[in-house]
Amino acid sequence: MIVTSVSIFDIIGPVMVGPSSSHTAGAAKIGSVARRVCKGKIVEVDFYLHGSFAQTYKGHGTAKALLGGILGMSPCDERIRDSYKIAAEQGIRFSFHQVDLGDVHPNTVKIVMRDDRGEKHELIGSSVGGGKILITNIDGMEMEFTAEYPTIINKHLDKPGTVAKVSSILARYDINIAFLKVFRQSRGSLASMVIETDNKVTPEILEEIQAIPTIKQIMFIDANGI
Amino acid sequence: MCHFNHALEILNLCREHNLSLPEVVLRSEACETGRSREEIWSLLENNFKVMEESIMKGLAPDIKSVGGLIGGNAYKLKTYAQNDTLSGSRVLKAASYALAVSEVNAAMGKIVAAPTAGSSGIVPGVIISIKEEKGLEVADAINGLLVAAAVGKIIAVNATLSGAEGGCQAEVGAAAAMAAAAAVFMSGGSDEMCFEAASMALKGLLGLVCDPVAGLVEVPCSKRNALAAAMALTAADMALAGIKSFIPFDEVVEAMYRVGRQMSPDLRETARGGCAATPTALAFARRLLEQDNNL
Ligand code: SF4
Repeated sequence: MIVTSVSIFDIIGPVMVGPSSSHTAGAAKIGSVARRVCKGKIVEVDFYLHGSFAQTYKGHGTAKALLGGILGMSPCDERIRDSYKIAAEQGIRFSFHQVDLGDVHPNTVKIVMRDDRGEKHELIGSSVGGGKILITNIDGMEMEFTAEYPTIINKHLDKPGTVAKVSSILARYDINIAFLKVFRQSRGSLASMVIETDNKVTPEILEEIQAIPTIKQIMFIDANGI
Repeated sequence: MCHFNHALEILNLCREHNLSLPEVVLRSEACETGRSREEIWSLLENNFKVMEESIMKGLAPDIKSVGGLIGGNAYKLKTYAQNDTLSGSRVLKAASYALAVSEVNAAMGKIVAAPTAGSSGIVPGVIISIKEEKGLEVADAINGLLVAAAVGKIIAVNATLSGAEGGCQAEVGAAAAMAAAAAVFMSGGSDEMCFEAASMALKGLLGLVCDPVAGLVEVPCSKRNALAAAMALTAADMALAGIKSFIPFDEVVEAMYRVGRQMSPDLRETARGGCAATPTALAFARRLLEQDNNL
């Protein structure tokens, strides 16, 4: 017995586009998160599919769902079926590749995107079952989050006090932290901080966090519509 | 006060507080999620509407799944059901509706997972066909959904609803149990009878393996939905006739979980056993992979 509290909408729901919660709904969600990592409009995207995602991704609709997510479609958007066509109409170049990403979850994809500002971003995510996802890497930084909560992601210098400064800003705005995790490459170098919150995070809060000298980069993934 | 994890608990709550089964489910959901009754009801109404729409769409003659293995079967069965059939028009209506939803699912259309996408045809197939056949209101169907949700929740908490973990008995088997209980409730049966029907339906599908051809949610999934809908109706009729399950529902759920644990991983969604390992399935999977590589 693992589960303790189950909503009836986990049983009669979710409303989703078929055929499979892990291969379609989860894939659309990973695409949606990737879209939010790019600040500009995405013009080119490559999907590197691993494991069971790499097998029969066409028949499962995984490819269409990933692309649909990139286009801003939620897992219950019926336009996912036509995402190739819609992407082409919007002038977005896309391609799919089968790869071995090593020791990762069987339903894993690496997405490499370029936007109209010339910026390049990468994201690795896994569809872990029942439509739930786990993002494990953004732009080469290891991390872990589910995108079920509004999520703030920082790249910062691994110096004492940074985490405390960030959390005190959040406290001042009455933002409750649901989960906070820090991942670092090596001691004293760059680290990433993932903060999943219970409340909406406004741009002014993000600006204030960015103003902390040890914070090098900040990203916000809104959970809305994912 | 309305928390329940077992059939015994929810039946006690109904008796102690003199409440109906759906009422206890509503209260427990409100308690656990902080949502108001009105909000829960309107979310259910919305899901019910999506179910109805998916049936309508799936009854079209020209629907085709993404993998290309199924489509148009709901239309065939619905049309044939107007004849003098063997199983009777009510059973075939439920079965054709179940086929319809699962064909829409396989065609990347919008469905309500109930409890999963692969098993999404059974609960709407049974509930909506009964609503139509008996001339019931939407509210009666929503009450049916609440009863189905209670059964599904008990299985989720004490066992699993995932084919990868428990085989198809955890998806199609669970959906049949949910639908059978809803059918009894919508026909005016007692609370106990709802769980007798759920027990019989789940026992009937105990040990069912998950063996999707080429890993697609098409074969055998879609036809299994139709057959499970028919089984749910029969289980409901058996309960309404006063037949009791020798094994109580909570114990059937435990048994289902144990059987799932004993199942080889080949029989749990990996597409390495059962129907998926037949020569026909393997040949199809090879063709599909070649197509994918040429994309
Ligand atoms: S065979 Fe497997 S994929 Fe198909 S409905 Fe059953 S559990 Fe789901």
